[in-house]
Parts: sequence; C-alpha cells; structure tokens
Amino acid sequence: MLSRFVAFTSLGRKALPNQYDLFAFAFIFAVFIAITRASHGLSLPLSAPESTAVSLEYKLLPYYALRTALRMFAAIAASLVFTFVYATLAAKSRRAALVLIPLLDVLQSVPILGFLSFTVTFFLGLFPGSILGAECAAVFAIFTSQAWNMAFSFYQSLRSVPRDLIEVARGFGLSWWQRFWQLETPFAMPGLIWNMMMSMSGGWFFVVASEAIAVGDTTIKLPGIGSYLAVAIEEKRIDAVFAAIITMLAVIIAYDQLLFRPLVAFGARFRVELSAGQTQEKSLVAQVFARTHWMRVLMHGPAELFHAIALLRMELPVRTSASVPQSPALSRLIDIVWVALVGLATIWAGWLIIDYIRQELSWSDVRQSVLYTIFTMVRVILLMALATVVWVPVGVWIGLRPAVAEKVQPLAQFLAAFPANVVFPVAVVLILKFSLNPDIWLSFLIIFGTQWYILFNVIAGASAFPNDLKEAVSNFRIRGWNWWKNVIIPAIFPYYVTGALTASGGSWNAAIVAEYVKWGNDTVAAHGIGAYIAKATADGDYPKIVLGVAVMSIFVIMFNRLLWRPLYGLAERRLRLD
Amino acid sequence: MQDITARTSFASKQLLLEVRNISQRYQTGSGELGPAVLDDVSLNLKENEIVGLLGRSGCGKSSLLRIVSGLVFPSGGEVSYLGQPVRGPVDGVAMVFQSFALFPWLTVLANVELGLRAKQISKDEARRRALKAIDLIGLDGFESAFPKELSGGMRQRVGFARALVVHPNILLMDEPFSALDVLTAETLRTDLLDLWVEGRMPIKSILMVTHNIEEAVLMCDRIVVLSSNPGRIAAEIGVKLHHPRNRLDPEFRQLVDRIYALMTKPQAPVSPGRDGAFPGLGFGMTLPRVSTNTLAGMIEEIAAEPYMGRADLPALADSLQMEVDELFPVAETLQLLRFAEIEEGDIKLTLAGQHFAEADVDVRKKLFGDHLLAYLPLAARIKLVLDERPTHTARAVRFLEELEDYMSEDYADRTLKSVVNWGRYGELFAYDETSETFSLENPQ
Repeated sequence: MLSRFVAFTSLGRKALPNQYDLFAFAFIFAVFIAITRASHGLSLPLSAPESTAVSLEYKLLPYYALRTALRMFAAIAASLVFTFVYATLAAKSRRAALVLIPLLDVLQSVPILGFLSFTVTFFLGLFPGSILGAECAAVFAIFTSQAWNMAFSFYQSLRSVPRDLIEVARGFGLSWWQRFWQLETPFAMPGLIWNMMMSMSGGWFFVVASEAIAVGDTTIKLPGIGSYLAVAIEEKRIDAVFAAIITMLAVIIAYDQLLFRPLVAFGARFRVELSAGQTQEKSLVAQVFARTHWMRVLMHGPAELFHAIALLRMELPVRTSASVPQSPALSRLIDIVWVALVGLATIWAGWLIIDYIRQELSWSDVRQSVLYTIFTMVRVILLMALATVVWVPVGVWIGLRPAVAEKVQPLAQFLAAFPANVVFPVAVVLILKFSLNPDIWLSFLIIFGTQWYILFNVIAGASAFPNDLKEAVSNFRIRGWNWWKNVIIPAIFPYYVTGALTASGGSWNAAIVAEYVKWGNDTVAAHGIGAYIAKATADGDYPKIVLGVAVMSIFVIMFNRLLWRPLYGLAERRLRLD
Repeated sequence: MQDITARTSFASKQLLLEVRNISQRYQTGSGELGPAVLDDVSLNLKENEIVGLLGRSGCGKSSLLRIVSGLVFPSGGEVSYLGQPVRGPVDGVAMVFQSFALFPWLTVLANVELGLRAKQISKDEARRRALKAIDLIGLDGFESAFPKELSGGMRQRVGFARALVVHPNILLMDEPFSALDVLTAETLRTDLLDLWVEGRMPIKSILMVTHNIEEAVLMCDRIVVLSSNPGRIAAEIGVKLHHPRNRLDPEFRQLVDRIYALMTKPQAPVSPGRDGAFPGLGFGMTLPRVSTNTLAGMIEEIAAEPYMGRADLPALADSLQMEVDELFPVAETLQLLRFAEIEEGDIKLTLAGQHFAEADVDVRKKLFGDHLLAYLPLAARIKLVLDERPTHTARAVRFLEELEDYMSEDYADRTLKSVVNWGRYGELFAYDETSETFSLENPQ
C-alpha cells in the first residue's frame, strides 16, 4: 500500500543515463558555480546580520519551537507552489518533461545541506545586513528536502489520471483551470499528502541543521531549536541538549496529531476506488473539525471561496480544448529547435564546469573526494545491511502480531520524523569520553534517524500478509529457514525496498552532519565525503564544496539507478501480492 | 420537452449529426502509422431515434463515439453537428461511460452539477436543474452520497443524470450497461426506455455503442453493424418493433439470429486468404487472450448434450452466460486452430475437435500442440527459431519487435502472451518470465 506513494524519480526511467541526464547534471552544477562566483563578487566578508542572541533559558524553548515550526510551514508552502507549477508543466508538455524530469532526478540526489552551503551567501547578499537572507536560506534548505519528491509524486499522478475522467472533464467543457482544481489536484491528493507528510518528517532534520549556519567567517544563528542546540554544544551544556530533545519530542507529537493524521484522513476521501476502503484512517482532530458546529461555520467561508476560485474559467488566449492535432512538420521543427537549445545549454554548462575545475581544483582534489565518497558509501552499505539484519526480523515479528503492530507502528513513524541530529551531541560526548574511533562510531549516526523507515515499512508489509497465505503456510507446516526464504521475505520485499530506499537516501544526506560533529571546541570527524563537505563549508572553501557535492550526487545517482531501481522493479513485477 | 404524439407525427426529421468518410489510424509500436482502425465510415443521426453501433471489441466503435463527441480528431473525414464541423467537444453532445467515470471526491449532487457550474451557470439555477435530473433518473435521496457508497446501477444513474442535466441534443452512450450485472442492467435499460418513449428526457436522440446483440435489438431504432479490422459498416438494420419489446417475440429472436449470422460471417472481401477472423494475416495476426481451459471447456460443451457437436451461437451464449465479446474470441480461436468451424451463426466441431473432446489430458496437449504448429504461424516460427539455434533459447523481445511491425505495442504484447500460454499448454516450448526467454527445456 505504501509503495503506491513512492516518488522516486529514477523509477520510470531507463537505467543508462541519456543526453538529458547529462544536461540536467551539467546545468545544475553550472548554476551552483554561477552562484558561488556571484557570491564571490559580493564584498566579502559579508556583514553578519544583527545577530539575535540565542539564550539557553528553558522558558524560551516554546518560542524557539514555534519559530522552527513556522520555518517548516513556510518551506512546505513554497514546495506546494513549486510542485503545482513544475509538475504541471512537466506533465502537460512533452518537451518540457524531457528536461524537467532529469533535472528533478539529479536535484533529488544532491545532498540537501549542499544546497545550504551554496545558497546561504547568495541569500545573505540579497538582503544585506538583514536576518531575512538567512531565514530564506534556511527555508530554502528545507524546501530542497521536500519539493523534489512532492513534485515528482504530483507529476506521476497527473500522468495517471484515468482517461475516462479526462474525457468527462473535456466533454463537459471544463477549462484548464477548472480541470486542474476539479480533477487533477483531487486525483493527485492522496499521493501528494503522503509525500508531503513524509518529506516533512525528513524535513525536521534539516530545519535543525540549517538554523545555525557557519560559512567561512559568517556565522548566523536563527532563533529556533537548531540554534538552541548549537549554542548548547558550544557551551557544553548537556542539560540544554536534553531540554532541546524533549522540546523536539513535543513538537513532533503535535505535528503528528494536529497535521499528519488529519491530513491523511482527509486525503483518503480522494482515493479512486470502487468500494469503501477497509482501512479507515482515523484522526481525532479531523473528527473534531467535522463534528464541532462552530468549527464548521468557521471553515465555511474559506471553503466557499476556494470553490468559487476553483470554478473560475481562467480561459487562456489560445483555445486549447480543440482536438485538432498540430501539423507534424511544425511540431518537428519545434522539436529540433528545442533539442538544439538544450544542446547549447549543455555545452555552455559543461564549459563553465570544466573552466571552473581547471582554475580552482587539481586532480588530487578529485581523487581525494572520490576516495572519501567511497568511504561514505561503504559506511552506508554496511549500516544499511546491519539495520536490515536487525530490523527485518523485529519488524516481521511485530507485523504478524496485529495487537503489537498497532502500538509500535505509530512509534516507528514518530521516530522516523524525529530529527536525529538533536541527539548527536550525546553520542559525541560518549565518543570523546571513551576515546572511540570516530571512523567506526560516528557511522552509526548516519543510520540513526533513518533506520526507522525500514522498521515501519517492514511492519506494514508483514501486517499486510494475507490471512489465507498464513493458513496455507501453517497447513503445509513451512517453518524455519524455508519459511523466511520462501514465504515472508518475498512477501515483505516490496515494502522493505520502499523503506530501504528512503533510509538510504536519508543516510547519504545525514552523512554531512554525522561525519563531522562538534562538542564545544572539540571536533570529531570521520573520513568521508560528508566530513569533506562539512569541513569545506566551515572553511568557506567553495571549489571543494562544489566538488564534494558533485561527486556525492554522482554516487547517489548511480546507487539509485544500479541498485534500488532494479530491486524496485523486481518487487513490482514479481513479488506483488495483489 | 415533447409529448408522445409530437415524437411520432413529424415525418421530416431534422438531421442532427453527420459523419462523413471517417477513417482513423493509430501509431504502431515502431512509430509508423498502423493499419486503419476505422475505414471510410459514414453515418447520420436524426431527431427522435436511437441508433446502435454494434461490433466486437477492436472494431473501433468506441473510437467512433469519441470522434463524434469531438474528444478525438479523426485522421480523415469529417463530423458535423447541426451543419457545423466538429473540431472539439461540442456543447449539445453529452456522453455516458461504461466505467461510469464519476469523480469519487464529489457527492452525487456535485457530480451532476459539475458540468453546469463549469459553464458559469449560477449556483441556484445549477442546483435546480441538477435536482430535477436526479429526480427524473430515480436518484432521489442519494444527493449527498459519494459514488463509492453506491451500487453499480446507482452509479450509472448518476452518469445519466450528469449527462442529461446539460440538456444535450444527443446522448452518447459507450456500453453503458456492460459493467453491470444482468438484473441491474435490465432494470436500467427499461427505465431509460420508459423515459425515452414517454419523451421525458431533454434529449433529441441517442447514439449508443454496444457489443450486446440483444441489447441493441431491444433498444435501437436502427442498428449499424461494424466489421472488425478495419472498422467498416458491414450492415445497417432498421428495427421496426414497437416498444416495449419482448425478447421472446419470434420476430425479436429472428432479428437476433440474423445479426449473429452477420457478425460471424467470414469477411472474405476484406482480406482474402486469411486464416481466421482475427485481424492481420499469418504471422502478424493479433490474438485474443483466451485461456486453454476456456477453449477445452467450450469444446466439451459443444460436444455434449444438447448440442452434440453443433451449436447455435445465440443459444450457446445464453446457456454459458457469455457476452458476444467473450464468446466470439473463443469460438474464433477454435476456428483458427481447426477444432471448430463457424457458419451462419452456428459453431460446429471438426473431427479434430471431436477427438479432442474425447481424449485424455496428455493426448489433448499433444493434439493442441500439433494444431498450434500447423495453423498458428507465430507458434511455428518460435519453435523453428528454437530448433535451429544451438542453445535452443531465444529472447522474447525478438518476436515482440517483429510483431510490432504489424500492430501496436499493446496488441503485440497481448498476442505474445497468448502464444506463450497456448505453447505452454501444448508443450511446444518453455518460457521464463524473469529473463523473458523462450527455451525448449522445461525447468528441472
């Protein structure tokens, strides 16, 4: 059931990269380079905005939590707008899709904190001397953790709107605007809501990481839990770290109850299915909304306004409802011009990248970054394997016992949303205290926040194991290794892949924070690309940031294409139970 | 709205819709223009008549309906509505869908209102007209229900209400009853006919697509029979019976039998020398997905009492509860493999067919395999390739690409899947789904 909602851009595409992937990659990194160049041109060092002092007083924590949550909502609003525009463009125009979808694919692979390193100076330059620039940079970083897979989910939904519903919309003369709000958006709603909620779960991690930014000499602390934590680390106040952990717990619980559950329950209404669903998503808050009289009265106005807007015609100057096809010759000509433009852009971007590397970097830098990425990759692979060995049996055990699953499942989802970086300082203190090897012990932080995705997906898979198969299994007395190999592992495999895919993506992202951690003046760093990027960011060494992010992105893309895509294909083709 | 006398007394009926020399081609898998789906189809629709487009799946009848409604633009020919050429969805035409096509997130009332609200008709006016349509079609009390709470029959009533509320001149119906169970479908048909005969619907005429012969005879004033591949008009039959029509009326039965015969008649002039009723020739023939169990079951049914080797197709369809769309592919596969012959609406077992009916499993499989090799060029070709190669294996892609020269990707895929299943039953070859490879060995 979860697998329906996976928005994984590589999935629908060929494994081998094509010229459009090359374009996407070159284009994105050329833009990065252009941004760093432009920021260089600004008078450095930037005047750090009037720093709002972050205090470690406990009573300020609710206020900080609110600021953090607001940042989150600003990012989700931006992501929604981006999704509606970008995905619609990609879905409606074949030519745009050729470029936009590979772009999404690459963007999804760029480490999110990499974006932060590039953009913070850019945004600071936009609003000199104001805190607004830093706010924008933080919101942008969170945006990058949400927008891509929301856009892709929306795109996938738009492409799979049932043909007969489209015909109804056209036949009854709905305009493009009406069709978008009456048909396409409602149809995409369940997938979009699920992806939005999952992205927000992941987003807490980045909101915490992006509030206290230090690029080169510029250090900014935005009021929020992340900054509170950063100050606690600087001042070595373990009590404040725990206060931050507890506040974060409260925030996540509130988010889960007030937003996640009501929205998922709301989204169920838009599912296209023939009969009423067996599983009814329940939400206390949604019920309060539906049953309380004054709440309904309160919501009536906005709902009416939305309906009125959705029914506007917003006719385009060119009438698009006619079904007369374009002349093939003209269409071909536009194709050629389009491909030529994309080709030129690729050449320009490629030249920019090569020029930049030649000027700023040496081959030994490239070698070093590749080596470090391999270290990180080994870490991710080993830890994924470890998490699999631990959590698959646990998840199966729980999933096959509905009474237990009912209690554990929300907990696992909750843990997945909890930003693991909040507890990192605790781990650092332990590593310092026992002088442990950071190359080994920091690795666990990579998987710390993401392993729960494996757990709750496996639980979902085992819970969905059909009862008649269970009975057949006990009837034929299939036990032991045979049971694992032939019964339960194939049954949970699609769910496991979904979870592992998310966990692996999250782990790569977590590496930047997890491989390079501080406690007061002590820095603990592992050898890996995450530490490489984090260190380059701390030093304000832009060429190395670009290089590190680029190499890491290439590895993540390869990882997705060569490992997850085939596994996912296998799960879809062979192991589906429905 | 008109009363009954008005409906019958006007001799000169207005021409609502004119379809002139329509042809339609789709792209094949290899990207070129494929064989025609529709070829030179001309048709008129006048006021006060129900016209049925009758044909088998793949004859392009649904395509024709979509061209008429302006949803699809034809490759050739022209449609005009009230004298104006159709170049996009037309206001005076509304469609009812086989799959109901309701918006699941809207209530019954909102579904019905949608078409009106989209045209900026005021909220009160839209509500008034929607309630009237809901009342007319017998949905009173269900206004605030969501489609998933309704039964199939009720959902299709919403489909009708939604189409009627925009007061179209022409109501198009795309197999509107075929997704419903027999009883529900009959109730809905009768209700609709009652409304039509009493002139209570705000429409002037109906054009419906169906593959159900009895349904066409029951409802239509004129039946246009389409042949398959390419879709052409094979015959046009006027139905003069008075409503309400009785299915047991000898005249009714005669008409049904006549249409059965028409639809199973080999279409010699279209493509001489063909091996069966399937589109395409020899290797490039598209095959339906028919299970070998169904084939065997059908042979047994015809061989046994009361048919004893020769069965009347309408009677057979009735006793097996099969629609024409399910029955014909089975019958024609049997004909293709020379287990049966079809003539004049009857199906007759051949000697091989009789033999098959009496044989045990192993002999049946052998016989089936032999006939596949002898009469199905694609099966023979796969076997030949496998025999010739030293490894005795071949990738499916190879045959798929060859097939795509003749047909669309979907059809090529379906055809290959059919051959895989039949070949497996006849033990001609093995097929491994994971590697998509044919081989001669069965797995150890």
